[in-house]
Amino acid sequence: MTKLPTWADVVLVPVISLILAALVSAVVLLAIGQDPMQALSVMVNGAIMTPYGWGYTLYYATSFIFTGLSVTVAYHAGLFNIGSEGQAQIGGLGVALCCLFLPWPHWTLALVGAMLAASAFGAAWAAIPAYLQAKRGSHIVITTIMFNYIAAALMIYILVDFLRPTGSMDPASARFAATTALPKFHELPLISDLFLRYTAEGAVRLDPQGNPMYQKVPANISFFLALLACVAVWVLLWHTRLGYMIRAFGKSDKAARYAGISAVKITMITMLISGGLAGLMAINNVMGQAGRLLQNSAEGAGFIGIAVALMGRNHPLGVVMAAILFGFLYQGGAALGLETTIPMELRIVVQGLVILFTGALDHMVRMMLGLVFRPRQA
Amino acid sequence: MAGAIEPGRQVSAAPFAIELKGISKAFGPVQANKDISIQVAKGSIHGIIGENGAGKSTLMSILYGFYKADSGEILIDGQATSIPDSQSAIRAGIGMVFQHFKLVQNFTVLENIILGAEDGALLAPSISKARKTLAELAREYELDVDPDAVIEDLSVGHQQRVEILKALYRQANILILDEPTGVLTPAEADHLFRILRGLKDQGKTIILITHKLREIMEITDTVSVMRRGQMTATVKTAETNPEQLAELMVGRKVLLRVDKTPAQPGRTILEVENLRVTDEQGVERLRGVNLQIRAGEILGIAGVAGNGQSELLEVLGGIERGTGTIRMNGVELDLSGRHSDGQSRRADGIAHVPEDRQVLGLIMDFAAWENVAFGYHHAPEFQKNALLMDNAALRADCEAKMARFDVRPPIPSLAAKNFSGGNQQKIVVAREIERNPDLLLIGQPTRGVDIGAIEFIHKQIVALRDAGKAVLLVSVELDEIMSLSDRVAVMFDGRIMGERDPATTDERELGLMMAGIAGESAQ
Amino acid sequence: MDYATFLQILDTTLRLATPLLFACLAGLYSERAGIFDIGLEGKMLMAAMCAGSVAFLTGSVWLGVLAAIGGSLVFALVHGLASITFRGNQLISGVALNFVASGITILVTLALFNQGGRTPPLEGGARMQEITLPLADTLRGVPLLGPFYADVISGHPLLVYVGLLLVPATWWLLYRTRFGLRLRAVGENPASVDTAGVSVARMRFAAVLIAGVLCGLAGAYMATGLQAGFGREMTAGRGYIALAALIFAKWRPWHALWACLLFGFFQSLALRPDVLENLGMKIPVPALDALPYVLTVIVLAGLVGKAIPPRAGGEPYVKER
Repeated sequence: MTKLPTWADVVLVPVISLILAALVSAVVLLAIGQDPMQALSVMVNGAIMTPYGWGYTLYYATSFIFTGLSVTVAYHAGLFNIGSEGQAQIGGLGVALCCLFLPWPHWTLALVGAMLAASAFGAAWAAIPAYLQAKRGSHIVITTIMFNYIAAALMIYILVDFLRPTGSMDPASARFAATTALPKFHELPLISDLFLRYTAEGAVRLDPQGNPMYQKVPANISFFLALLACVAVWVLLWHTRLGYMIRAFGKSDKAARYAGISAVKITMITMLISGGLAGLMAINNVMGQAGRLLQNSAEGAGFIGIAVALMGRNHPLGVVMAAILFGFLYQGGAALGLETTIPMELRIVVQGLVILFTGALDHMVRMMLGLVFRPRQA
Repeated sequence: MAGAIEPGRQVSAAPFAIELKGISKAFGPVQANKDISIQVAKGSIHGIIGENGAGKSTLMSILYGFYKADSGEILIDGQATSIPDSQSAIRAGIGMVFQHFKLVQNFTVLENIILGAEDGALLAPSISKARKTLAELAREYELDVDPDAVIEDLSVGHQQRVEILKALYRQANILILDEPTGVLTPAEADHLFRILRGLKDQGKTIILITHKLREIMEITDTVSVMRRGQMTATVKTAETNPEQLAELMVGRKVLLRVDKTPAQPGRTILEVENLRVTDEQGVERLRGVNLQIRAGEILGIAGVAGNGQSELLEVLGGIERGTGTIRMNGVELDLSGRHSDGQSRRADGIAHVPEDRQVLGLIMDFAAWENVAFGYHHAPEFQKNALLMDNAALRADCEAKMARFDVRPPIPSLAAKNFSGGNQQKIVVAREIERNPDLLLIGQPTRGVDIGAIEFIHKQIVALRDAGKAVLLVSVELDEIMSLSDRVAVMFDGRIMGERDPATTDERELGLMMAGIAGESAQ
Repeated sequence: MDYATFLQILDTTLRLATPLLFACLAGLYSERAGIFDIGLEGKMLMAAMCAGSVAFLTGSVWLGVLAAIGGSLVFALVHGLASITFRGNQLISGVALNFVASGITILVTLALFNQGGRTPPLEGGARMQEITLPLADTLRGVPLLGPFYADVISGHPLLVYVGLLLVPATWWLLYRTRFGLRLRAVGENPASVDTAGVSVARMRFAAVLIAGVLCGLAGAYMATGLQAGFGREMTAGRGYIALAALIFAKWRPWHALWACLLFGFFQSLALRPDVLENLGMKIPVPALDALPYVLTVIVLAGLVGKAIPPRAGGEPYVKER
């Protein structure tokens, strides 16, 4: 097979995969009698043409950055963590317990506490599969899948039997205290004006008290934490000894042994970090958006993390871009569901196709590119 | 050459069981087989001997349909035969016993035997037929194995018999065995040879690939010597001797004499007593090795690959675990506990240039500058602060090393896999030698390395010795051992056969010791 | 708990175990040949959608079953292409196909029926008819065994019996035929098959396609037997429970049956919390839901015997030099 130039491997493979996924999706749309171009324009309008759309796109992207980083860190150690979903759910439990049962005077303190709780809970949920992999060689892919389901069952049990307020029928916790609410984009200085609501005449809309009204969006300051997490992961992987050891172990466990890098230690630490990152996602959706713990709070973001990591070539910068792309896909998909007869589940199809082309058919994509890059025969 | 069989002067009128004419095969720029011709008479045992990488296995893979030769012809019983896949090889009556057995571990012997050679869609008839055939074969050739035993419960010797039975069950007339004794005990090897003689008596033709001179002398009728992809000679075994074969195998290349002053050994750096290593299959690879190395000397370990040298390096380097005693500067090292790892060894002043740099010594996907810290990533000079590594320092260090060792191209950000073998080795050697270790372990320092780099690497090793450090050199290149070492120890079958002074010994004597023929008694 | 309730639970167990069994056997063929299949779930879902839709549109359950097999086979083919032909990551391929199935089933049913991702309820010939086994009514009077025969064994759709018969059939195929020998060998040591002159890729494709057919049957039973139509995400993780059962059974056909019955039993208990409460046991329903997974982790951890997957599982076969 022709060897591709590095830039082609890094840039073209994901781009071509994305185009292939888009083409297959277009075929699916045509097959169910829809217009792919119309779908695209609705998605673009709904997700990125207005500040309101961005307020959702970036909210989704925030969650995907965390789970994408979770998958990325594990990947660099040669571990395929499918358990980010469960780890994010359990992280949500940590956030909920922290917000419900501790009296926080201000959201900044609550945020610090919730981040600690979220990452600790997420890491704890990753610890058992990690230990079983490191010590007993149990395949981490299978154990993390099992732990996703165990987490789901555990969450139902805890929500229904413990956290559900008396009299409520919803499998959800009580609302967190207002002091724990994280500022959303429309409440942040500097950018809040973007979200002002206007009357038909173009004047700012005012509520009965005479204050300006804003379009409420779920994106919140967690987004900036997610970006910070990207920087942190980048520093960790490429600027610390631990990152060096993680990557060396992931590339070759034999050579790692030569260098005196402990397989057990690296597997454990990496999975704790990976689980912690997945858990951190909960500050976005549970604390930032819902303000209470719902059943299935992660809503599949853990799985999207796989697509995001694959698409982003397991690099934090790539993860941010892929996460925003998937945020667009999610918000755009929602717009489709609202404005057209195209179901928003289209986004799951695209997500699956992206995973398929970038993660399983990548050799095929490379072969196709290899034909293009084949040295010309004289 | 005395005893060489010239083509065209056939001893008998019968066609050869197997005849290769001008076989060539290249993998990219590497010419694995170059214009190879052999003739093997029916009912004879023909040996093919050569060092690792001489091209023996490639040749046999061509015969068994794994590779297609670039050019050349294969004749079976005088008939030109094309062998595009294994199925055709089997049909042509060729059976192959691979070095790594192709058995299904949790199947029974019978199931393995019939796999791919079933008589119909249902197993029962095939099984009972195989059971009968097996009993006959067992009687005929001393090939007794329990037909209902599960492979993983069998000893390696028995597993090998199953492989032979598999070939015979497919009515192979030509049996190729690739390094068959590598995994066997001496007693098992003797048994194997009895079996092979029995097969020969029944008119089967056997090709034995090995790098062990003793086996060639003991059992073959004719022998071909391969070196660097070429067939250097074919002789009758009765008309040759181990010395001649050793010479043919190693070749008389231009000796790379290294300018070095006589050694001035100082205090003892490394003492090894009764060192033993058992591998995952439970085979004892090191069987009580004793040696010592003093400051300012190079101890060369000669030996045919696979006689325990790799394990010796790995247990000293902290990769393998073992039993016995290793003392470094008088301090006993941990051989099996928490401190038996590469990090602890480095802290004890042991540096290690591993035999297989691509698997152990380098992370091939890492940039050169990342690889210069490999194993030394905890070193203080590579840290910016408690948290961060100093990547700039690593790059600078890499640049300096590349300049001093003339690594080309001198680009620190290039991934290790994009350097040539010689330059990869220079990166590893630079990394290990420049740590100024008390003891340098160095395995196959110049395997796959171009001439210019060989000389350079040799000079570095000698310079380290002259700086008063101890060096343990393992190499299958006898030349290299002879020209670099101050003392030569020969390993055979997990033990040190004896020690010689390179100034007073010669390749012939060492060759015999490497073949396990003469040890201390030869003194 | 009276005997009638007990029989009722067993009856439900058998119903719920059937899709697990089909999927579990599907996984068994595939993984025994060395191809990991996380995509059981997606294939089942796809099959259930095809079965429900075609059965409704044609009014024929059997055309529905054929459609189910076809839909599942398409996914199996993609999985084979990715993991055998292009030597891709088998786990990622499975995960990806599950997502594609999850989305596409909803897209298609919405487009066809516009009922929120469901098919309209199936009736008459579009559903699998329950079969009363011979003498069921005659023998009902026999104490203990009579009602057991009449209420538990008898009275299921045909596919339930097909599933049960597939267990000995699979055992026979794997252990008594040339095909089975080669299939098992290719999952343990593909080099042994290759050097014996048999195509590794062909064997693996055969196994993956058999898995496709069986997942097709699993999905068809879900949509036309167990329930009267397709509903969104109706497989609800059964593909993963089947995977768990496969590991629990250590990749052996008879054990797969027992594992699926056990997990089916848990599911059926989860539907009847009152029964456990009457017995004085207060086991939360989520605990019953999680039990198969917990048991599987325990097996994986090697606490109760070691689950050793087929040795070549998950690895694309590359001829060694």
